[in-house]
Formats: sequence, structure tokens, C-alpha cells
Amino acid sequence: MALEPHSTRNWKRLTRRSLVLGSLQLSFAGVLALRMKHLQIEQADQFRLLADENRINIRLVPPKRGEIYDRNGIILAENEPSYRITLVKEDAGDVKTVLENLSKLVPISREELERTVSELNRSASFLPVTVTDRVTWDDVSRVAINTPALPGITPEVGLSRRYPLSENFTHLIGYVGPVSSHDLEKRQSPDPLLKIPRFQVGKSRIESHLEERLRGRAGAKHVEVNAVGRVMRELDRQEGAAGENFKLTVDADLQCYIQARLGEDSASAVVMDCQSGDILAMTSSPSFDPNKFVRGISYSDYDALLEDKRKPLVSKAIQGAYPPGSTFKMITAIAGLENGFITPSSTVFCPGHLEISGKKKYCWKRGGHGKVDLAKSIRESCDVFYYDLALKVGIKKIAEVARKFGLGVRHKVGVTVEAEGLIPSQEWKKRVRDADWVIGDTANAAIGQGDVLTSPLQLAVMSARLATGKDIIPKLVKSAEGTLETKEVAPDLDVDPASLQALQQAMFQVINDRNGTAYKSRIIQKDYRMAGKTGTSQVFTITEAERLSGITSNKDREWNRRDHALFVCYAPVNNPKVAVSVVVEHGGGGSKVAAPIGRDIILQALYGKDPDPEAYPVKDRKAIQLRQKELRKLRPNLKNIRKTRA
Amino acid sequence: MSYLEYRVTSIPSGFRKILYMNWAIVILIISISTVGFLMLYSVAGGSFKPWAEPQIKRFLLSLGMMFLIAMVPIWFWRNMSFLAYFIALVLLILVGFIGSKGMGAQRWIDLGIMKLQPSELAKVAIVMVLAAYYDMLPAQKTSRPLWVLLPVTIILVPTFIVLQQPDLGTSLLLLMTGGTVMFLAGVHWAYFASVIASGIGIITAVFQSRGTTWQLLNDYQYRRIDTFIDPSKDPLGAGYHITQSKIALGSGSFSGRGFMQGTQSRLNFLPEKHTDFIFTTLAEEFGFIGGISLLVLYVLLLIFCLWSALQAKDRYSSLLISGTAMTFFLFFAVNMSMVMGLLPVVGVPLPLVSWGGSAMLVLMAGFGLIQSAHVHRPRTAK
Repeated sequence: MALEPHSTRNWKRLTRRSLVLGSLQLSFAGVLALRMKHLQIEQADQFRLLADENRINIRLVPPKRGEIYDRNGIILAENEPSYRITLVKEDAGDVKTVLENLSKLVPISREELERTVSELNRSASFLPVTVTDRVTWDDVSRVAINTPALPGITPEVGLSRRYPLSENFTHLIGYVGPVSSHDLEKRQSPDPLLKIPRFQVGKSRIESHLEERLRGRAGAKHVEVNAVGRVMRELDRQEGAAGENFKLTVDADLQCYIQARLGEDSASAVVMDCQSGDILAMTSSPSFDPNKFVRGISYSDYDALLEDKRKPLVSKAIQGAYPPGSTFKMITAIAGLENGFITPSSTVFCPGHLEISGKKKYCWKRGGHGKVDLAKSIRESCDVFYYDLALKVGIKKIAEVARKFGLGVRHKVGVTVEAEGLIPSQEWKKRVRDADWVIGDTANAAIGQGDVLTSPLQLAVMSARLATGKDIIPKLVKSAEGTLETKEVAPDLDVDPASLQALQQAMFQVINDRNGTAYKSRIIQKDYRMAGKTGTSQVFTITEAERLSGITSNKDREWNRRDHALFVCYAPVNNPKVAVSVVVEHGGGGSKVAAPIGRDIILQALYGKDPDPEAYPVKDRKAIQLRQKELRKLRPNLKNIRKTRA
Repeated sequence: MSYLEYRVTSIPSGFRKILYMNWAIVILIISISTVGFLMLYSVAGGSFKPWAEPQIKRFLLSLGMMFLIAMVPIWFWRNMSFLAYFIALVLLILVGFIGSKGMGAQRWIDLGIMKLQPSELAKVAIVMVLAAYYDMLPAQKTSRPLWVLLPVTIILVPTFIVLQQPDLGTSLLLLMTGGTVMFLAGVHWAYFASVIASGIGIITAVFQSRGTTWQLLNDYQYRRIDTFIDPSKDPLGAGYHITQSKIALGSGSFSGRGFMQGTQSRLNFLPEKHTDFIFTTLAEEFGFIGGISLLVLYVLLLIFCLWSALQAKDRYSSLLISGTAMTFFLFFAVNMSMVMGLLPVVGVPLPLVSWGGSAMLVLMAGFGLIQSAHVHRPRTAK
């Protein structure tokens, strides 16, 4: 079917209108041609000049890394301006000559030169590569004056991480360092920021753990640069977002005190708020200066840290796993009480040893404790009482209670991979050791020896839970960007209050009873009195050969064969506020070495400053005052550290 | 000379149809597209990937489609017009729900082999449906209000949907194309005069009211209009592209910097260097000569289309050809004006040159319809 034809009238009108429209279209095309002529011929010179002189680059603007504060707002990790010299390959042209010229003006090591060249080859040609950083202002101005001879070279001011309290927080905050190819491989789709050569990312501890939140989001700016690559003006800027600021639960003053108190010993201590679970301090010693790592540590310094037998690189408070020794006895005792095998008044006779399947297992006191009840077993730390109890209770129930009190589990406080510790079981021994569980293993576990391993953090959690009877969860981050992390009231532990009370009573006697193992470390002031438990855990059994040659005491043995000294405590006894755990590696006896440290820490935490000597027994006061004076010299003056306004 | 004097047998049939096609148009289309391939090759830094190669494939495909459409008698297409409009409308609504977002607007449906922009489809569909409408409508009713209102609705519905996407450029294009077909169909000029007059009136009122007590818009809306009209007021945002685009054009000067020698367009300053702003590359590398040559090719193509429209003997064909030609004209006129800073930046590609599947496919379909009308028009028996 063909289409309807035009009528003549219509056809004429259509033709007329088509011609009108056509001429309109053609005139507009004429306007376009004129405009083209105007731009391309009349204004050509002007535009060509603009095109030649100006080029537009896109630069990433690194965001400000989030800062980290202590609970009172004292800054623990901050950003300080630092000058660096960067090179853009596509602007430099002949990189070799430019670097040669630069090295005449600014001291650049051979290492830096080699690194720069390899980074230039790796990264995109328009990205600035840092040649050297932390240069002085003099160097910067010298470079600035000589810009014409140094195409592609720009002195830049950037932000660099600084840890004002240096070694005091290394094991908590960690440090940042330049992003490595290893860091990039770990991530599926890396943030474009990470592709900036030598961009600083968190390398360890909190800096690494909260990396994504601390880093922030990159901004971008369009800049107009001239022929030698100097930025002429900024055209526009997409703002990035600064990283989140974090406020931790730790108290910088207390942390610094403990770090000084532990000194150069291979030791660690954890202080927790008993009620909220806030970690008030978590120290490991020896420590090291994290700022060295930010700048790039020298090989010799790093080797020294690696080879130190006291392992300064390990955060012992969370990564260390030690046999808890007698501090574990409370767990065994509760397992006995809860399952009805003993009552607080049941007694056992301790002759100094107990025969288990034909083998004599000794109490630490060879002469024996005589008749022992629960309170005495804790107070004087009788082993035989627990050997006997272990045989009745069995490892399964002991392990159950241990986990309930936070031993052998990861608490995920967010610092680094935590040591899980170990609460052994029959299955575990079968799987790992490929051996059957024997009754002697249970006896060993009952006094915190054998295969039992716990971290200082776990011990602190245990004493906090013993003190309150609540399921206290340790935490380290108080608030992020001013918003408080959720605060929940800890639920009660599923333990009979009567059992707890019996243990608390016994722990009180450890310190405040004349026969208690830590009687020397008692606190006189009534309001601050504490309860606790000492522990001495054997690292090596004293061999027959050693015994024959008369080596029985710690002093005679080599350092790394000596016992670990442990102490857990909480105070004040009536209204527990702080719980503390102290572990001194190869320190010797818990009552002699660890307990005094625990007492000092508790008092420091409760006072919030150097405690009144009144708190100590009279004959100790002089020595204590002397030590306080000495430690004050070792601690950084927090008045000089910047505080946040918030 | 009335239609009855033509004999249907004088319409070519079979493969002879190919001989009766408007070959000037075919050659012009191929030339313009070739310019496009060259430019895409150049913006990619001298490489067929990622743009030139798929563009060539798409072009060959669309060319084949154009021939197929041309072989089918024009009356079949007329009968399909309402269906085409309906499909375009459904797709436009659908894209609001399942469409993918690009540059902040919901515009295309991913078909796997290509991304289809229903708004492009609507451009040709509107021309088809209006041409068919006026073909059916008795000539004396053309200017009656009720019969004017109906095509206005036909135009406004898709325009409104496209505006919601939001795509201001395309909706204005739809409005103008539809208006053109109505104008050609012979709607009384008084309608157009009144629409234009009231439009001017509203705009004047809006601007006159500024700063007075009866201000019609919010201050921020005025500021937005300001930067839309004059981008140089916002040198860091919209004005930035235009400034850079002008620098590119101007630095091309009379003879250009030479093929693949453009510096301005190589600096990635334009996010749309291979699509809406591809003309800047051409003008920079081939200068005034290159730019004016492309313009001449476009104008020639337009003239051949208009000539073909005048030769058509029935209403549908005339309106279809002129309307499609108008679409084509609007494409290149708006794009070039925008790039040269004569019009505000609205997203309209350079026809047959810019990278993009939908626009090319739809334009080629349009040219197929033009060819079909051209081939199947009644000829005097010799």
C-alpha cells in the first residue's frame, strides 16, 4: 500500500516551511564557522601561548592521619610538618643530571639515590617521588633558589608521624612506615593513596590494626604547572577526609611510670579498670623508640633490637605466654568449690610431697605445710593441696573455669595478634604431642605449670573478674572521633558468690596476713589495701646434675634458666577499682620480685600521682622515696606534651 | 501533477533498490565516521584500543542495519511508527528502574553487547510517530486546538521522563525536534509565536523579579542559572572545561598541530575527551581547516537530506526526512556550540564522531529511514 500523497496546497506549504527551516539551519552553521574562525584564527596566538605555558596536573592530596590520645587527651601519636624533596619524572627529563645537580645542593646518601631511581622506574611518570625527606629549611631554600637548574624537583611540606612519648607507647601504638610491596599485595583493591611512593601506613600495633580508620580518604587537586613543573596555581580541589582521631583508655602518666618502674628488665605489666574493663596501662619492657622506625631504622640498630635476648620487639603483655604458676591456683580452687569437691573449710595434710602414680611430686616447701585449708593453701601457696584437688576435679573442669576467667582465650583488644595462651586438654595433648594424658599432667596444670600458658593481659582480666565477679571485657579504645565506644554493663559471671568470696578472702590474706607470701608488699593505708597472689613459674626443671652441683637457687642459674616472677592483684579490697598483673621474665620469686612492682603500680594508679609514703610499711618508706625521686627523672614530663582541646 | 499519475510499478524492487539509494548521503556518512575513527585513534594516544576498534565494528554493524532498513518499504515503517514510540516510552520508564547510572544520571540499560540509551531511541521515535500522525490527520484539521494538543502530549511525555533522569540536553533536543515536525506539518504559525512569546515572557519575569519582593526563585537557583549560562563565573567547575576546550581549539590555529600532536587533549584534563569533547582534539590537531571541513561535511549531509525531503511525494516521507535531518542538525550544532563556548555545557555527542553506541545506532537507523523513503518514493515512469 502506497502512502497518501500531498495535496498541492499542503505540498507548497511544506516546501516553503522546509526552505525556511533549511536556511535557519544553514545560517546557524555559518555562525559556527565564524566562531571557529574567531577562536582559531583571530585569537589563535593568545590560546597557543596559554596551551604551551600551562599544563594541568592532577595531584593526590594525602589526608591527615588520625591522631591518637590517651584517656586524658594527652597526645600519643601526632603529625608534624616535615620538608621533603620530590621529583616528577615526566617534568625532569634527564633524571640522572637532575639528581646529580640536586646532590650538590642537598646531602643525599647513595642508598637514597638508588631507592629513588628504582621508585621512579616503578611508579607512573607524573607521580612525585620523594628523593629525600626530613631535610632542613636551609636545604629547602637552597633547592627553591635553584629551581631553574632542577626541572621536576619540588620541595614539599608534608606531614610525618611523631610519637612524643617515644618508647613508652611503642608496644601499644606501634609505628608507621613507608608502604611496601608486601603491604600492597595483602590488599585486594588498594586505596590509590597506597600507590604514592613511600606513603606512610601503620606497620604494627594500633597503628596497623586501625589503619583503615586512621588513614582517611585522599583528596585530589588540579594544579596548573609551568614548563619546568612548578605549580603555578591550584585550579580546584576535591577535599579528602582526615582519618579518625582515637582516644584510648590508657593513662599516659601511669603508662610512663610503669615503663620506668619496669626499667630494663624483661618484664610486662597490665593495669585494668576492674569495673569498666578499660586498660589503663599495658607495658612491655624493654622497649624502643618508634620514631626511629618512622624515619627508617639503620640496619645496625635493627640488628641490635633483634639480637637482644630480652626481646624488645615483642609486646610481652599481649604476645607473651607464660606458665602462670601459683597465680593459677585460684582457678583450680574455684573449680573445686563450684563442683563440690571441697568447701572453704576442708583440709589436706601437706607433708611436702604427694605421690602420684608412683612418682613423688614435691611442694615448693620441702618441709611441708602441715594441715592446710583453702585460705592457707592460697596464702602460703601450698602445692600439695592442689595436687590433691586436681586428682578429684580433673582437667576438664579446671579448663572450663580458666576460660570463664579469661585465660586461654583471645580478648581482641585490637593491638596486634594476641597470644591465645594454652589451657591443655586430653584432646590437645593427643593431637599436638601424640601422647596420652596422664594424671601427673592434671597435677601440673593445677598449679599453673606444665603446659598451661597465659598472657599478662589474660592474668589481668582474671584478677579483675575475681575481684568483681563480673564478666569484665578488656578494652583499649575509649572513643573514636569523640563518639564513645559502646559501654555495656558487664554481666555477672556464672560463679557462686560464696566461692568467690572465699577466694577473695584468701587473696587478701596473701598480702595482709603475717604468713602471706606477699606480706612484705602490703599497703598500710586502710583505704588502699589490696588482695593478690604471687606466682613463681619454673622455666626449666632443676636437673639432677644441677642439684648435685649445689645449684638450687635462681641466682646460681643462667639468666634464661631462672624462674618467671608473677603477681596478680586488685585494690582496694572493699571496692575494687584496679586490677594489675605483673610478669618479670626470669626474675626469680614472685613474692620477692613481682609483688613489690605490683604494689607500686596499684598505688600509683589509685593515687593518680606518686603515692604518699604513708601507704607503705614504715621501714620501706625511705627506700620508696628515693626510688620515686629516681623514677621521676626517668619519666617524660607530660606537661610538655601537647593535649587535645577535647 | 497529482499522485494518481504515478504508477506503483515505477518503484524499484529487489536488489535494484540499492541503485536507487541516495549514495551521496552514504558516502558522507562514511567520511564523517572515518574522521571519528581517526580522532578516537588519536585520543587513545595512537591506538585502536580502547575506542577506535569497537567504534569501527559498531559502525559497520549500523551501516548494515541502515541498508536493511532502506530495503524495507517506507509504508511498513509508517505502520510501525506508533509501535516504535510505544517501545521507546516503555524503555524510558524501564531505565528509571533498572538503568545504570552514568555521570550522576540514570540513562542506559546494559544489553551486554552495548549500552542502550532509550533517550536516544526516543529522538527518532518521536519523529516517526509525529510524521505518521500528520500523515493520518486530514490536512484541514492540522491547526485545530484539539489536534494540536495531541502531538504536544506525544512530545511532552518522553521529554518529561528524560528530564527526570536528569538529562536537560536530550529533553531540549526532543522538544525542538518535535516542534520542528509540527512546524513542517503546517501547524499555524500563531501557535509557535505564542509559545515562543510566553517562553520569553516567563524568562524575563524570572530575571526581572530577582532581588525584588516577588522574587520567583531562590537565590541559589539563580546562582545555578548564572553559572549555567556563563560558566566563566564558576572557573573551577563548569567553566574549567570550557576554558580548556577553548585553549585547545585556539592553540590549533589555522592548520593545527598535526595528527596526534595535540598537547592539550593529551593531558587528560577533560573527562569526556573521547565523547562530547572530541571536537576539541580535531580542532587542535587539524586546526581551522580540519574543523571547517567537518562542518562542511555535516552541512552537505544536511543539504542532501533536505533535498531528499523536498523530493518526497507523500507527507510521511517528507516529515520523517526533515525531522530526522533536524535531529542530526541539532546534534552537531549543539555539540559544536557547546565546545566553542556558545552554549552551556549539556551532554550532547558529536554525531557519528563521538564514541558511543546508542547515538550512532539511532542515527544510522534514522538515515536508514531516510534512505527507505528515498528509495520507495514514486517515480515517473520513463
